[in-house]
Amino acid sequence: MWDYSETVQEHFFNPRNAGAVELANGVGEVGSLSCGDALRLTLKVDPETETILQAGFQTFGCGSAIASSSALTEIIKGMTLSDALKVSNQDIADYLDGLPPEKMHCSVMGREALQAAVANYRGEEWKDDHEEGALICKCFAIDAVMIEETIRANGLRSVEAVTNYTKAGGGCSSCHEGIEEILGRVLAEQGEQLEINAVAAEARQPRTGLTNLQRIKRIEALLDEIRPNLQRDHGDVELVEVDGRHIYVKMTGACAGCQMAATTLGGIQQHLAEGMSEFILVLPAEELARRATVGG
Amino acid sequence: MDKGIYLDNNATTMVAPEVVEAMLPFFTEQFGNPSSLHQFGNQVGRALKAARKQVQALLGAEHDSEIIFTSCGTESDSTAILSALKAQPERREIITSVVEHPAILTLCQYLEKDGYTVHYLKVDKRGRLDLQEYARLLSDQVAVVSIMWANNESGTLFPVEEMAEMARAAGVMFHTDAVQAVGKLPINLQESCIDMLSLSGHKLHAPKGIGVLYLRRGVRFRPLLRGGHQERGRRAGTENAASIVALGKACEMAGEALAYEERVVRSLRDRLEQGILEQVSHCFVTGDPENRLPNTCNIAFEFIEGEAILLLLNKMGIAASSGSACTSGSLEPSHVMRAMDIPFTAAHGSVRFSFSRYNTMEEVERVIAAVPLIVERLRKLSPYWNGDAPADEPGQEFAPTYA
Repeated sequence: MWDYSETVQEHFFNPRNAGAVELANGVGEVGSLSCGDALRLTLKVDPETETILQAGFQTFGCGSAIASSSALTEIIKGMTLSDALKVSNQDIADYLDGLPPEKMHCSVMGREALQAAVANYRGEEWKDDHEEGALICKCFAIDAVMIEETIRANGLRSVEAVTNYTKAGGGCSSCHEGIEEILGRVLAEQGEQLEINAVAAEARQPRTGLTNLQRIKRIEALLDEIRPNLQRDHGDVELVEVDGRHIYVKMTGACAGCQMAATTLGGIQQHLAEGMSEFILVLPAEELARRATVGG
Repeated sequence: MDKGIYLDNNATTMVAPEVVEAMLPFFTEQFGNPSSLHQFGNQVGRALKAARKQVQALLGAEHDSEIIFTSCGTESDSTAILSALKAQPERREIITSVVEHPAILTLCQYLEKDGYTVHYLKVDKRGRLDLQEYARLLSDQVAVVSIMWANNESGTLFPVEEMAEMARAAGVMFHTDAVQAVGKLPINLQESCIDMLSLSGHKLHAPKGIGVLYLRRGVRFRPLLRGGHQERGRRAGTENAASIVALGKACEMAGEALAYEERVVRSLRDRLEQGILEQVSHCFVTGDPENRLPNTCNIAFEFIEGEAILLLLNKMGIAASSGSACTSGSLEPSHVMRAMDIPFTAAHGSVRFSFSRYNTMEEVERVIAAVPLIVERLRKLSPYWNGDAPADEPGQEFAPTYA
C-alpha cells in the first residue's frame, strides 16, 4: 500500500500525547473536507511565558494523519506559542522522515489545528485560507486548486508554463492530461481554446529573462563546473549550439564514443537544468546535423 | 512463518495450485505459437480450444466462439462499450450506474468529453437501482447499457438478467461487468438476454493478466485491437497461452466449487459478520445484505478511519480492504459508499472482508477476536468518540472547521 517511513509507522502504532489535555486553554478543531480527516488539538499554555506545557490530539483519520498529529504534539511541547506557529507542515513531514505526496495534506491539517488552537487561546477566531483540491501531480504533490489559481494569476497557456510555475508535471509527466484539462477549462472560461501547438512554440522561447548571450555564458560557466569530473576520466565537453531549450554539446577525448556517453549527457543535462532553473534538453552535436537534414 | 489471513479476495485471489500446474508447461515445452501450422503450435492451439470450452461451460454460453480472451477485465469492459458505440454510430447515449467499477466509470466520463450522453442510474441507501428510472431511459438513442452483476465493494447484486430483458425489448445492447460474480454465482448466459459480459481471471484463482469478453453470437461488434486473426479477428495479438490454459482450469474448478461457495463460504462470511456486529457498537453492514455475493461483507465502523483499521489488521496478519479515501490515493471516499448516502464518518471507516474457498472457520474466529480491540483502540483516538459512546452531547460534539 503506502510506503510509510519507519517513523510514521512507529508514531501510528505508538502515538504520543493521544487524547485531550485536561484543563486545556487552547483548542483547535479542523478538518480536511477533501479527504474527510479531522483533528482536535488541545493545548495547555502557561499564561506567564506563553509556553506550551502540554499538547494532546484526537484524530479521525488514516495512519499518516494519526502519525502527523502525534509528531506535531511532540514538536510543539515546550515551545513558546510564537515558535510553535513557525512550525510548518514540511517540518512535521521531516520529523516523520517524509510522507507520501498524497499524504502531505495530513501534515497541513496538523499545522492548521495548531493555528486554530493558538487563535482559540488568544481569544481570536481562526479563518482558514487554504483550499485543497484533488491531487494532480504526484511527483511534487501539487493539487488542482493550486494549478488552477496559478494559471489564472499568471495567464498561463501551456502545460510547460504550468510546470515552470508550479513544478506540477515536471516529473514523470503522467499528469499532463490532467493539467491540460484544467488549462482547457480555465481558457474556455475566458473564451479561449487550449492550443496544443502552443507547447512546441513556447518551448523554443527561453523564459529566463536572460539575453541569448547571457544565457550562453551561463551554460559555459555551468559546463566549466563539471569539466574537472570529465577531465579526470580523460574526456571533455564542448558547447556547440543553443537553440531554445535544446542545447547541443560535443563529447570529446575519452568521452567521445564512450558507452557511458548517454549517462554522462544525462548528468550534464541535470546540472544545467538545475543551474539555469529551466527545463532544457542536452543533445549530442550529431543530433544537430541530423535535425538539420530532416528539417526538424 | 504464519502466512496470514487473506480476506481480500475481491481484490485478487491466490492462483490455485492445480491452475499453476496446468499452466506451467506452456512456458517451457509447450511454447509454440498457436497460429503456427507445425506441431509446436498445434498442441498449444488444441489447449486453447479446450480452455475456451471450459470457460464456455462456466458461463453457460451457447457457443465456444462467443468467448474472446483479453488481457483483463478492464480491456473487456472497454472493448464492449467502445464496440457498441462504433457499431451503432447514430446512437449517442449510454446507460450505466453510479456504483460501477472505474473501468466503466472513467471510460464513460472520458466519452462524455467526446459528446456522448451518459445516464448514471442512482442507487438507494442499500445500493439498489430504481428499475423504473432505468425503463424510462431506454430508447433508440442508447447504444449500450452497462451494469455490473455484483458490486465489488458491498457485494450487492443487480438484477442484470431482468435488466437485459428490458434492454432487449427496447432494442438496446446490454453489457455486464461480471468480474465479481463469475465463479461465485451460477450463470447461464444462453438463457439470458445479456449480449456482452466481462470477466477477469485473477478474481477466480487464475493469474493476473487474463480476461474474457463474452460476445453473444450475432451481436454487432467492432474490435478494439486490430491486427492478426487471433480470436477470429476480434482481439488481435498473440494469445497469452499459459494464462488462457490457466483460466480454463480455474473456470472448471470454479464450476465444481459453486455449491461450496454458496454453502460453506457463505457460512464463513455470515459468522464473521454476526461475530463482529455482536461485539462492536456503532457499526453496520453496507449494501443490501439479503441480496449480495456469498463471499462479501462490508462493515462500516463509525467514527474511525479505514486505513488505520487496515494497518492495525495488517499488523495482526489480517488482510482486508477499505472504502476510505486514504487507502486509494484519491482524496475522496469510495464512490460506492457515497452513492449509498452513507455519512462520511462511517464511509471512511468501511472495511470489506471478502472470502474465497481457501478460507477457514478458524481464521474467521481469529478475525472476530481481533476486530473489537482494533476498533476500540482507534476510537480512543477519535475526536468523535468519548468514553464508550459517540461524543454527541450538546456542547461536547466535535465540530471542526473544514478546509
